[in-house]
Amino acid sequence: MTALTMPARPARDARLRPVPWRRMAWVTWRQHRAALCGVAVFLGALAMYLWLTGLQMHHSYATACHPVGSLACTFIFTGRYHITEIIVSIFLQVVPALIGAFVGAPVLARELETGTFRYAWTQGIGRLRWTIGKLVLLAVALVAAAAAFSVLFSWYDQPFAAAGYAIPFSARVFDLREVAFPAWTLAVFAIGVLAGTLIRRVVPAIAATLAVYAGLALVTALYLRQHYLTPLLTSKVNLPGSAWVVSHWYTKGGKFAFGAHGPQIVSAVRKLCSGGTSGLSPAQCLTQHGYTQWASYQPGSRFWPFQLIEGGWLLALSVLLIATTVWLVRRRAA
Amino acid sequence: MSMNVIETSGLGKRYGSTWALRACTLAVPRGRVAALVGPNGAGKTTLLNLVAGLAEPAAGAVTVLGGLPAGSSAALDGIAFVAQDTPLYKNLSAADMLHLTASLNRRFDHHYAQARLGELSIPLNRKAGKLSGGQQAQLALTLALARRPRLLVLDEPVAMLDPVARHDFMATVLTAAADDGVSVVLSSHALAELERVADYLILLSLGRVQMAGEVDDLIASHRMLTGPAAEAGKYADRPVVHVRRGTAQAHLLVRATADDPVPPGWESHPVGLEELTLAYLREPGATALPGPVRGRHIQPSGVTR
Repeated sequence: MTALTMPARPARDARLRPVPWRRMAWVTWRQHRAALCGVAVFLGALAMYLWLTGLQMHHSYATACHPVGSLACTFIFTGRYHITEIIVSIFLQVVPALIGAFVGAPVLARELETGTFRYAWTQGIGRLRWTIGKLVLLAVALVAAAAAFSVLFSWYDQPFAAAGYAIPFSARVFDLREVAFPAWTLAVFAIGVLAGTLIRRVVPAIAATLAVYAGLALVTALYLRQHYLTPLLTSKVNLPGSAWVVSHWYTKGGKFAFGAHGPQIVSAVRKLCSGGTSGLSPAQCLTQHGYTQWASYQPGSRFWPFQLIEGGWLLALSVLLIATTVWLVRRRAA
Repeated sequence: MSMNVIETSGLGKRYGSTWALRACTLAVPRGRVAALVGPNGAGKTTLLNLVAGLAEPAAGAVTVLGGLPAGSSAALDGIAFVAQDTPLYKNLSAADMLHLTASLNRRFDHHYAQARLGELSIPLNRKAGKLSGGQQAQLALTLALARRPRLLVLDEPVAMLDPVARHDFMATVLTAAADDGVSVVLSSHALAELERVADYLILLSLGRVQMAGEVDDLIASHRMLTGPAAEAGKYADRPVVHVRRGTAQAHLLVRATADDPVPPGWESHPVGLEELTLAYLREPGATALPGPVRGRHIQPSGVTR
């Protein structure tokens, strides 16, 4: 489009030029700075704790873990740090949920609950720009904060992983890592925003967001994640520690016999090896009697592909939820 | 050139299965202070929400400011809307509310806004939630007027205010209308107040337009006839809007001008706006509408959505 092909109506065009997007930056900051500062203080306090304990752990690792399997190393990492690391990583699971729900749910719910949307949506900027501007800025701020925090967590967890006490695929730490953590934060924010728009009240919207997050996180950890890529199959007994064993079973004569857990294998071992008194492990006993042990597993090398897959679908889900919210706001009748 | 600040044709809005507003056809000319009156649930807020672009019509169409679709960015740019109970962000200071409104609009007259708040002695650093009801209403009105709108829409602006605050508020509105030529549409229950401010009247009842027109025309086309109660029934064939019978005398509000002949034994008086409005409110079946409105800007459209 050149100036020559356009009708020259500068006055009218100037009159209709929309309110610029950048104005939403101050608006968003002023209206949500309490929530954003809350997030900063909350994450900052946690980061400070991770930083201080992380320094200790890194120091202990550097002094005690040469070689990694040494007694001193094992002693320090199982005795001194293990419980702490477990508690910390379990506690951190709720962080994306809290941040996303407390920032996301009120964005529209508060406007709808207090009636201020009648002010906001009749200003010259229009409700579309108002909604998209706010949601995008808040989402970017939360993702940036969460990404920075997850980098720190990965650093904190590094000696643990190196000493062999934290499997990267473990449900406890996988979603605290660099891609999954910000992606979950974004997804909960998007859930919160949509819940707030549908429920129109702040507190019930926060509760609903936390409930939906809990369900989604549970389903993902228990059922979904292991299927991101087709598991590899092996009959080798010893898998590297970084591998994530999805399932484990025995065959005999090329036919499925039983799974590695449950009453069937117990009774089989009892029958074949006189109740486990022969000094053989169940696996050795079964191998001696012609059973083959199988495992399907996700190798440790798939950690980053899995992070990206999880980040990818959570991002797609978030975009879908936010787009739905924008659509609802656009057609919402007062 | 005349321009209508609001034009509706067959406008309807439904909530669930109830029509809050139906078959509403109106044309409010520019430069008026138009009063929208009617009992609770008559559809006043619904009509104003449609004009402000907060709600979408279920039937018909509404345009503003000479043909702009309600809710379009050009329409939002030219209309300032102060909703019922004047919603403000309670935790923002008056200064923040000014900055916020300036950020959300193409125009904002900071000098005007600050001067007005100064006159009203509303402290800029006080949180909106800590202001009195009258001050909150004045702040909301100041924000709306500082946008330099061509049309100011006010939904029940003075319902919650005490008489002094109510008077001050309306004085601000009238100044804006007189000095800056802002067209005003306001809904209200306070009929006595409207007599002083309104020069155009829209009466809604049960979701329908019952009366609409210039106040002067409406007043000039109605007379109050007073005569013996026993003869009140004789005028059944005349366009009588409302009959009020006393023991001896009857008062008939009729559609007539001052030049129309008065029956012997009867006296003809001019009517006030409040009297006229009350008479129509008591007779929901009576209507007084201008001739067919030529909707220059409105394309006939069927039921949408």
